[in-house]
Amino acid sequence: MSILIDRTKRVLVQGITGREGQTRARLMQEYGTQVVAGVTPGKGGQQVNGVPVFDTVQEAWEMVGALDVSVLFIPAPIVKSAALEAIDAGVKLLVIVPDRVPIFDVLEIADAAKRTGARFVGPNTLGVLSPGKAVLGMIGGRAASARSWFFPGPVGITSRSGGITSSMAYYLAQEGIGATTLVHVGGDVVVGLPHPEVVKLFQSDSETKAIVMFGEIGGSQEEQVADLVEADEVTKPIVAFIGGKAAKSGTRFSHAGAIIEGNRGTYKGKVERLREVGVTVVETFGELPQATLAILKKHGISL
Amino acid sequence: MARLHEYQGKSLLKEAKIPVPNGGPARSPEEAKALAEEIGGAVVVKAQAWVTGRAELGAIRFVDTPAAAAAAASAILGMQIKGYLVDTVMVEGKLDIKREFYAGVIIDDQSQAPVIIFSRIGGSGIEEIAEKYPDAVVRLVIDIQRGLQDHQARDLIRQVGLHGKLQLSLGNLLTRLYGVARRYDARAAEINPIVLTPEGKLFAADCRITIDDYAVYRHPELGIEIAREFDRPPTELEIIAWQVEKNDYRGTFYFIQLERGFSPGEGMIGFHGAGGGGSMMSMDAVLNRGYKLANFVDTSGNPPASKVYRAARIILAQSGIDGYFASGSGVASQEQFHSARGLVKAFMEHPLTVPAVIRLGGNAEERAMAIMERAQGEIPAPIESYGKDDSPEFCAERLDTLIQNYRRPTMKPAGKVHPEPQDPYTFETVTNGTVILDHAACLDCETKICIDTCVPGILSLEGEVPMLNITHEQAKRGGCIECLACEIECYFEGNQGGHIILPIPGLDRV
Repeated sequence: MSILIDRTKRVLVQGITGREGQTRARLMQEYGTQVVAGVTPGKGGQQVNGVPVFDTVQEAWEMVGALDVSVLFIPAPIVKSAALEAIDAGVKLLVIVPDRVPIFDVLEIADAAKRTGARFVGPNTLGVLSPGKAVLGMIGGRAASARSWFFPGPVGITSRSGGITSSMAYYLAQEGIGATTLVHVGGDVVVGLPHPEVVKLFQSDSETKAIVMFGEIGGSQEEQVADLVEADEVTKPIVAFIGGKAAKSGTRFSHAGAIIEGNRGTYKGKVERLREVGVTVVETFGELPQATLAILKKHGISL
Repeated sequence: MARLHEYQGKSLLKEAKIPVPNGGPARSPEEAKALAEEIGGAVVVKAQAWVTGRAELGAIRFVDTPAAAAAAASAILGMQIKGYLVDTVMVEGKLDIKREFYAGVIIDDQSQAPVIIFSRIGGSGIEEIAEKYPDAVVRLVIDIQRGLQDHQARDLIRQVGLHGKLQLSLGNLLTRLYGVARRYDARAAEINPIVLTPEGKLFAADCRITIDDYAVYRHPELGIEIAREFDRPPTELEIIAWQVEKNDYRGTFYFIQLERGFSPGEGMIGFHGAGGGGSMMSMDAVLNRGYKLANFVDTSGNPPASKVYRAARIILAQSGIDGYFASGSGVASQEQFHSARGLVKAFMEHPLTVPAVIRLGGNAEERAMAIMERAQGEIPAPIESYGKDDSPEFCAERLDTLIQNYRRPTMKPAGKVHPEPQDPYTFETVTNGTVILDHAACLDCETKICIDTCVPGILSLEGEVPMLNITHEQAKRGGCIECLACEIECYFEGNQGGHIILPIPGLDRV
């Protein structure tokens, strides 16, 4: 198994006729994702790489049947409207790729999603990839690269950084450790599926045996994961690395979510809290593969 | 987050009918005096700077006469407070304080909603108050659809034991504060303290409002120059970098200066990251080697070569750096040769005179590394490039070794200058760049390498010379993606007839 995406999921691409949407839809298809429809208002009737384009999500649903996932390649100012459209049409999982979505728009999307039982990954996410199965968004770039970098295995990967999602999976793969699914939760302060939610999904996935997490300074996602471990809601072993040790309070290093405000969200606080509940936290990123190998061995998990 | 000054924040509060003391901003002692005369009686003169603890620093002064207000303004204006040069003071009527409260709206990542916080004790920081007097502080998650209802606000006030008319007016103030936060897309909006006077009136005595960077475009009326959080005014280079970012939507470009006024030999590194997480790890790797970072840069999200070029030029404008370190996540989804071409162009024009280590792991990394290595002969300082199997720690170690063994040239070598084209064919690009192909050189070119390497494939041979196969207008609208192949590939593999001028307004002045 895997979480969030596999070959059976029927995927819609919103913004499929745009520069990024077109390219990414093709790369997703090449990796194995079932892209069944695209939507761009005013461009209904066209085809992109053999995928039919519709004017509205509702129309796409009516014409091609139920849609499990929508991936959004939409300019930030109109993401809210596109996301609400997908949620209203009944799509239960959204992957919101764009960066710079206004925070109150994200809150409105989160509210609408909660009301209908929908979920969203992002915004500002590279996406989700289940090795050997399918990809949502743009993890891995070219399908050939993604195929050579990642393979299936027992580890679930969750990261607040897009680039690190790929590099964690790659460096683990170099040590022979494969993954069920890679999730880039997104770099913003408020994201739809933060670490604790992803970790819960991995907990209930039968094939995921251990979890590797890339945390960052700022916010409270890593502390919430510690709370889940403490409450025994998550029992699978977790190996974590927290980025941003060097950051000054109040200075943002690229990810909007990675800003320390007052004493909240510090490197030290996160590491201590995670260690307190028994999570393995490595000091340098380079130690991650070996630490993961050791944990898998300790728990008798085969590669 | 784009922070507003106190006087800017107060004008938003006033507009929402939250009472603020009589007064306004002044930029000279004369203006301060005139304001004090208009207000009448005792006034307070406050430095407008985004720092805490202004009173202890002598940047808030209470005075009784307009003349004294002018003197206080003259003392405060021009002060350096924690690296911040004060150019504005606020002059306000002095309040008689009977009691102080705190109110704030913040965005809570865990509840994915705005949260209103109220404290029956105000004055110091809310974290401190909450720690010392947990019973004094109440909070409520706000339903984004309904907003903060009047009854919810009043009940929040009731929970900390406040009743009667005071409960009504504080409740009113809370709903108005949330209105301001929502209307202006505030990441945080705090009034601290709210002052209750002996006459029973409430005033917002101080406020801190920060606007969501991503929503600044919706509020041109706020006049925010740079939608970025700074704990000081932006530097000249940061303003230049912001213009580059603002005028080019393709990919991310983020630049902040961490150190200034340093000299060679102090161990300052020009840092060029790609991707937030990889950048932070790479920074840690450099810092662990005992170096300091002059700046932080992130070019990621599939930026064009031109953007990476401009970022590199801006980094190199910090003249005292001892090394250049470029490193991202290591396994980038974007095609890395774009970045390599951008770096090579910058390193040749503003010739690199400090060692550089470039970690280019990801898609097409072999090609990217080959582009870097090929340029070494044209660049005075040593460059090493690495791929995804080389860790940031290893790369930082290599940079350390290169710096230890490097002797900076005593004379700064001149950058590459392109000869005057004999038969120029030109077109413009989307960021006001100009591509010049010297058809005189192209005629003699054996490889015509620009045709094959042009990423969007917009050049075709016509009579032995490259011409656009789209219109000049299409090229200008973004058909030319500024991949820089027709300059860099042509320089090394062709007849050196291609040149792309990419302006960076203001950089020559720095």
